[in-house]
Parts: sequence; structure tokens; C-alpha cells
Amino acid sequence: MIDRRLFINFDWGFFLLFLLIAGIGVMNISSATASYTLQDTSYALKQVYWILIGLFVVIQVCSIDYHLFEDVAYWGFGILVFLLLVVLLVGKTSMGATRWLHLGFISFQPSELMKIVIIMVFSSYLANFSGSGGLSLKDLVKPFILLGVPTILIMKQPDLGTATLVVLIAFSMIIYTGVRFKAIVTLLLAALPTVFLGWRYYLRDYQKERVLNFLSPERNPLGSGYHIIQSKIAVGSGGLTGKGFTQGTQTQLRFLPEQHTDFAFSVFSEEWGFIGCLVVLLLYFFLILWGLNIARRCNDNFGRLMAVGVSAMLFWHIVINIGMVIGLFPVVGVPLPLFSYGGTSMITSMIGLGILLNIRMRRFMF
Amino acid sequence: MCCFPFFTCRQGGVFMRGQRFIRDVRDPSRRILLLTIGVSVLFFILLMRLWYLQIVKAEDFQHLSENNRLRLVPVAASRGTILDRNGEILVDNLPSFSIAVIPQEVTDKEGLLKNLSRLVGMDVADLSEKWEKARKRNRYQPIILASNISRDQLEILEENRLFLPGLDVEMHPIRAYSHGLLGAHLFGHLGEISEQEMGNDRFAEYNPGDYVGKSGIERYWEKELHGADGGRQIEVDAMGRFLRTVSERSPTTGNSLVLTIDLALQKAAESAFGEQAGAAVALDVNSGEVLAFVSNPSFDPALFAGRLPAETWNEYLNDKRHPLENKALKGQYPPGSTFKIITAIAGLEEGLIDENTSVTCTGSYKFGNRSFGCWKRTGHGTVSLRKALRESCDVYFYRLGEQLGVDKIAFYAKKFGLGEPLGIGLENEKAGLIPTKAWKEKRYGKKWLSGETLSVAIGQGYVLTTPLQLAAMTAEVANEGTVYAPHLVKKVVSPEGKVLREFHPEVVRRVSLKAGTWQAVKRGLFAVVNEPGGTGAVARLYEVNVAGKTGTSQVVKLRDRRGGIPYQYRDHALFVAFAPYDKPEIAVAVVVEHGEHGGSAAASVASRILRTYFEGKGLIKKPVTQKTYSSATSQGEPPMAESVEPVPAVPEEQHGND
Repeated sequence: MIDRRLFINFDWGFFLLFLLIAGIGVMNISSATASYTLQDTSYALKQVYWILIGLFVVIQVCSIDYHLFEDVAYWGFGILVFLLLVVLLVGKTSMGATRWLHLGFISFQPSELMKIVIIMVFSSYLANFSGSGGLSLKDLVKPFILLGVPTILIMKQPDLGTATLVVLIAFSMIIYTGVRFKAIVTLLLAALPTVFLGWRYYLRDYQKERVLNFLSPERNPLGSGYHIIQSKIAVGSGGLTGKGFTQGTQTQLRFLPEQHTDFAFSVFSEEWGFIGCLVVLLLYFFLILWGLNIARRCNDNFGRLMAVGVSAMLFWHIVINIGMVIGLFPVVGVPLPLFSYGGTSMITSMIGLGILLNIRMRRFMF
Repeated sequence: MCCFPFFTCRQGGVFMRGQRFIRDVRDPSRRILLLTIGVSVLFFILLMRLWYLQIVKAEDFQHLSENNRLRLVPVAASRGTILDRNGEILVDNLPSFSIAVIPQEVTDKEGLLKNLSRLVGMDVADLSEKWEKARKRNRYQPIILASNISRDQLEILEENRLFLPGLDVEMHPIRAYSHGLLGAHLFGHLGEISEQEMGNDRFAEYNPGDYVGKSGIERYWEKELHGADGGRQIEVDAMGRFLRTVSERSPTTGNSLVLTIDLALQKAAESAFGEQAGAAVALDVNSGEVLAFVSNPSFDPALFAGRLPAETWNEYLNDKRHPLENKALKGQYPPGSTFKIITAIAGLEEGLIDENTSVTCTGSYKFGNRSFGCWKRTGHGTVSLRKALRESCDVYFYRLGEQLGVDKIAFYAKKFGLGEPLGIGLENEKAGLIPTKAWKEKRYGKKWLSGETLSVAIGQGYVLTTPLQLAAMTAEVANEGTVYAPHLVKKVVSPEGKVLREFHPEVVRRVSLKAGTWQAVKRGLFAVVNEPGGTGAVARLYEVNVAGKTGTSQVVKLRDRRGGIPYQYRDHALFVAFAPYDKPEIAVAVVVEHGEHGGSAAASVASRILRTYFEGKGLIKKPVTQKTYSSATSQGEPPMAESVEPVPAVPEEQHGND
């Protein structure tokens, strides 16, 4: 499969951009965890291992012709839905046993892989859509079912962050394909009363409380509210040039929650200031544009949709995570791709990278 | 949040359905451009926000971060109360005061500790150790140096506040045990969350220093009882002095539990044990509700809330009656002759015996070249099933056991919930042990010896049961095969008094046996208590017909049982009973450790429980004497007579009347 043409068409620039961001991420993790004294192996080193494992994954993903993904999409979807069910059911039976299986799956959650598989399934479905003027209501029934089942299962876990992402990825792809004006209006008209009635009659008080706390963390000064305020202090106090590497007081005194994972960007903001943020934000911006460009230059519907989907996945991770850290969005556990410490997130990003490189490599094959 | 433009392309044109490699006519470049615009807009918003925070507001945030002026002051939630079935408070809360410091605000640590030690008499090294341990966590969080200080200490500290900069006195609720040591094993005790627990998912939302249930109901129902801690976010000045409250969340009291336990019954059972070690469980036959759950001697759960004094700890550890062990749940005893109920049922069901089958007991049973003795060396003579149960003839059951084989006995024992935990809703419930051939093969790699079956038939040898299992077994016999899930909690009630969850009787399974089997066994159990020669006469009540079975379980084999046997080698006394005979309501199992023969020690405890139960029902009149001291007007001598209940004489006419 790997012939010379493929190698020539390997997009080194995109690949190096990925590695550059990941490298900045490792540096940032080493600062974020500098105050952790109890750890044996450093987080930064572990993150490097994850990157290496991720590169191996990239090679694997690249070596398969991406059109194969179209054939296996529904199989993968079926298996993952089944795994999500298993996680839920086994998790319910007994308290003691939950942790075991729970742990076994949480290290590689099916919900995480669902992000990739939903891209494949939607690409497969939307690639074969032929109607003009965008998707009608009828065309949307199947995607909504395909999206609804895993989303509900993931919400039940509960993993709000991943569920939100799966929905956003799918919506991005639907919107890219286009939706008829009539369908949009109908859906909005149906959604509004549902939300209203649900709020009024279905949700219990404590559930409403949870939703409200989620939407405005200030309501909950001890939990996410405290974290958001501390994170904003970290970001804001970074100023124009930042406090310098490992000099962030908020970070080193550990005022930040999960500072090496979900709040890694606030560590970076504190230590590198607005200029550092601008650079990283631009790198991410290029990354997304590059992804979309790969989509634009792809010659078949499926590949194009895949590239759009993967770009959307990376994009929403970035926007939601940074938005959360700077107090624009509610606190959901969404990592910053290539920046947050963690194997799961790294592998997912690397699969995404592999898919994009794959599509890019084979664009002249047909 | 959808910022992608919603427009669709109008120019549809020719489109080849289902083919991958045809260039899409709906100009993809244009759609990608729209996405690019959307992406750019959102990135721009992020950038603007960063600009706002890092350039416009930078000074404010730098000011705030300088020595981070925001503090989090936790306000501990009260745990839910624990009530008995009639709403009597069993476990409640009291305010308690503790000494805390914020290390960052203490300039002279040595001086502060010295002053503290001088004022309230605490060990400097001790305080220092606590300090260092907690300091590793977060230097802006208060460190608790001593909890549960006395009112006197509190007053002294308040007066000398000026000399103790950085010191803070915090109020938080602690457990109050309304009835002292009563039910300590059942309710369980609290303790500071351990580091191991902190790493556990179950305690994900807890903070170091939080108190959690460590055993019993407190542990199992931790999630309901705990409530949610509140707290205040305050701004302080550079000296750490309070400036203003930024935001606040009041703590939420935990939910209350209404237990199935009956306080009166629990009290009666505990006092009936006196100084003896043992366990008792009383079940509602028709619902599986646990009415009393006793392990004696008890311990003082309040002592565990603070730092347990070393003397008390050693005292508990060295007491050979093991006060810290929950014997009702975790004590595994050979059931002795109470197990004959199972052997009898197995024999009847398998058709090996019927009520009239008789066996001659000469005082021993020849098996191969060995001889198995009956407890009555002189022999019981001709023995029917009823007599065999009534007088607990071992020979009858040796013979039956030999005919049944161990696996058949195990088969029926398991129908009665023996050999596995019942799932009563407490952690670490023991399973007991019902041996089978396969079990021995697996456990010891040795073949089962037929002689061992004989021991099993009379509840000795490898057989182990917990008092809880014995009570459940008795309840199952009493209601003829309906197995209810034994449970301790009736309702979970919110602090506002709303019932959140209610637990109704739940039938786990139904065991169907021949109608005659139940009757034959129950008649035998009636005879144990009510007929002359019955081993359980001590448990007889005038007003209510009691049926039961005694048991003595050997701790060690001793040839010579005369003279003084050391305490730890004495036999355990067991008694299981249910009442009323005709329409059973309550089942009881009692084990008195090293109480010697079951007929007396355990049966009298069981009798006290049954008597109290039927007094509560109005079926038995309370003795007048008891009423006078229950009014508690005299503060004199505690009522000594209470533990020595006179056993009512049995009128001859009642014998054999069933």
C-alpha cells in the first residue's frame, strides 16, 4: 500500500505543526507539575511517551486507505454502542464490581473512540446524500438516531463533556452538508417548547440546580465557581508577557484545579502572557485551517466529510477548553488537544492527525 | 453556540448518487470557506477575551494573585440522623469545636504551638506533627490541629486570642449517640477520611479531614447520611484578616435514616446479655425487617470521633470478648444443634424419615470402627423425630446424616441462605460455610470422609454460620419457605422530612417443601420449648407459644469436661426461636459466646427479646415493678433485678398440647 507517491505526498508541514504544539504542551506540563513532589516519574516524561505511542498510531492510521473506514464505519459503530451498553449495565449491578470494569474502560473509554467513529458513520451517510438544497427533515431522521443512541449512553455514564463533543462534531458535519431552511425552522419550533416543558415539569429541583450551576459557575462558589475564579486570576495576572516559565504563582502554589490536564492552558497563560497565548492560539488556528484545507482539496465526498469531521473535533475541543479556562463557557471536562496531560486525549488527537494525513496523502490517487 | 452559517447551496445540479469518486458539484470550496469564517470568528472571540483578561484587566488580577486574597472556608454539613422504626432518635449531632491555623498567616510557629500547649495542655510534638503532615497539601487551607476541644479549652482560647495570631476556632457538628453504647456495631463509627479512601472514586468529592462512616450503617449509607459541605469564599487582606464574603453556599444536612430496628427490643437484648459476649438478631418473619441487631459487649463510638485514648484502645484490643467485632454480622460459629433443623428438613424431603420414624439411641452411634457419642451418655431410648428435636438427640441425626450424605445436607442448607452472605446492607458480611465434597477437595485437596458428614449433621465440623444467617433461617422455617431480604433501613428521609426512598418487604425466593415437612419440623421445635424434657424450656412464655431450638457448639474437643474449663475453650450457647407458634411474627437467633449449654444462657436472652416484643404488642403485660423505675424519678441504685428475669413455672396441662 505504501508506495513512493504516498511518501512524497506526506504532509510534513502539517505533521510538524502537530508536533510543535505537542512540544509546547510537554514544556507546559513540566511547569504545571513542577510543584508535585510526590510523583515518581514526571508527567512531562510520561506525556512524551504518549506522544511516541501516538506517532505509532499515526503511522498505523496512515497505512490504511481511508476509504476502508467507510466500509467498517457501521461495524465500528455497532461495537462501540455495545461497549457503551456494557459499561452502563455492568456499572449498575454492584458497587464493588463497578470500579473494576469502570477502570478497565475508563483508561480507554468507548465514549472517547465514539468521537472518531461518529465522524466515520456521518461521513458515510452524508457522503451518499444526493438531494439538492440540503438535508430535509426526513434525511435527518437517520443521523439523529445514529447520534442520539450513543449520546444518551454517554450522558448516562455520565460524561457530559464527551457527549457535548460528539453532538457538536455531528452537527458541524450536518451543517457543512447543508440543511434546508424549512427543516431548521421546524426543528427550532419543536425544540423550544420541549425545553420549556421539560424545564417546567420534567426536571427535579436538584437537577435544575445542577444545570444552573453548570451554566453559571458563580452560583457554586465551592466547586467549579472557585476553580473558574482561580483560573481567571491565573490567566489575567499573566498580563502581556507573562510571569515566566515555572514562575506562575497561581500554578506553583496550586490554586488551579487539574492544572496539568483540563486547566493546562491557564498555566500557560499565566506564565507566557498574552503574547504566548496569541502564538498558541494562532498555531491552533493554522492547525484547523490546514485541516479544512485538506478537506477542500480532497476529491471525494467521504474523504472531505472525514476531514471536516476531524477538524471539527479538534476545533471544538480547543474552543470549549480554552473558553472554559478563561471563563466564557461552563466547566466541562474537555481536554485541550496536544496540551493537556493524558494518554486518551493524546491518542484521540493522533488518530485524528493520522486520518487527516491519510486523506491528504491519497488525494491524487484517483 | 452554532456559529456555522446555516445557508445551503442552491445550485444542486447533476449529482451521481452513491459514487465516491465523482467530484461534488455543490462547490465544496465554498462550503469550506463558510466553515473557515465560523472558525475564525470563534478564535477571534477567544482572543478578544484573552485581551480583556490579560491586557485590560491585568492589573486587577495581578493584584488578586499577589498573595491570593481569596480563601475558601469550609462549613461542614450535619450528618443525617438515625432513627428507630418508631422515630426514636438513635444517633444525632452536637456542635464541636476544633482549633485550626492557616500556616501562611503564622509568623512564629514555635511560639504559637508553645502558647497553645501551655494554655490547653496539648503536646507540642503532637501538634507539630499534624501541622507538617497537613502542610504538604495546600498552604492556604486551614489545618486542623485539634478537634473536639472542651468548652473550658474553648473559653481559654477565646480569652487569649490576642496571643495566638493565625489561630482560628472552627465549629462543626459531631455525632451524638443518644443511647451511649447501644447498637454501636450496627450504627458504626465515624473517623477521619484515610488517604486510601481519598484515592477512591466513592470519596471523590471529599476533602482531607472530612469525617466519614467507617463501619456499620454510617459506612454503608455514607452517601445518604453525609450531606454536602457548604462554604464561604472570602476575601482577606494581606494579614489574612477577613474583609468580606465574596460568595457563600450553606451546607446541606444529610438525609435521615429510619431503621427497622426497634429501640425497646435492642435495649432489652443488649441488657439481657449483661457481661456475656455474643450476638442476637431478631427479624420480622413477614417482612425481613431487622428488629434487633446486637453484638455484645459494645464499644463507645463517640471515642472514635476524636483521637481514641490509647488506654481505651488497648482495653478494647485486650478484652477477650472482642468488643470491636460485630459478631452478629461477622461472627462465624458452628451452629451446633440448631442445624438439626436443616438435617431434619433434608431427611423429610428426601423421604428418608417421616414423623414416625424411630431410632434407638443408646448414647452413642457406631460408625465403622468409630463411635460417635450422643450428648446424653445414657441414651435417649426410642426416639421419634419430634423427640429427637425436643431432646436434641445426636444419634438420630448421626444416622440421618449418614443416610443423606454431606452434599444433600448442603443442598438444603443453601435453600435456607446458609453459606453465603445475605446482603443485609452492611459491609464485610461474612458468608459462613456449608461444606460439600467438592469444597473439601478444592480447599484441602483431600477426599471427604464419611465420618465428617456425621459432624455436619449436628452442626459441627466445618459448618459455620453467622447469627444473622441463623435468624434468617429461623424466619424461613417460621413462614414456611418465603424468604424476605433482611434489611435494616425502612426509609430515607430528607432533612425537610420528605420520604425519599422507602424499602418494602421484598421476597427474594420461595422455597417449596412438602406440606408435611414444615409441620413436622415446627411441631418438633414447639416441643423443644413447651414439652417436658425439651431443651429450651427456659424460653417458654405463658401468653405466647414459642418454638425454638437450642444448640451448643464446641469450641474445642475436650475429653474431660468436668471442672473448670478456661473461658476461651468453653462451648458457645445458641438458641433460635420464633413466635407465636401458630402465626409467627418474630424470629430470633442468639449466640452466647462460651455460654456453655444453649438451653439456658442463649435461651434466656432470646426469651427476654420475645417477651419485650410481645409486651410492645400488648400481648404480655409489663411487670408492675418495671414501670416504677422506668419513670426515672429516683436517682438511686440502678435496677439490679432487671437482668434476672424469673422463669415462669410451667403448668403441667400445657405439656404436649400443640
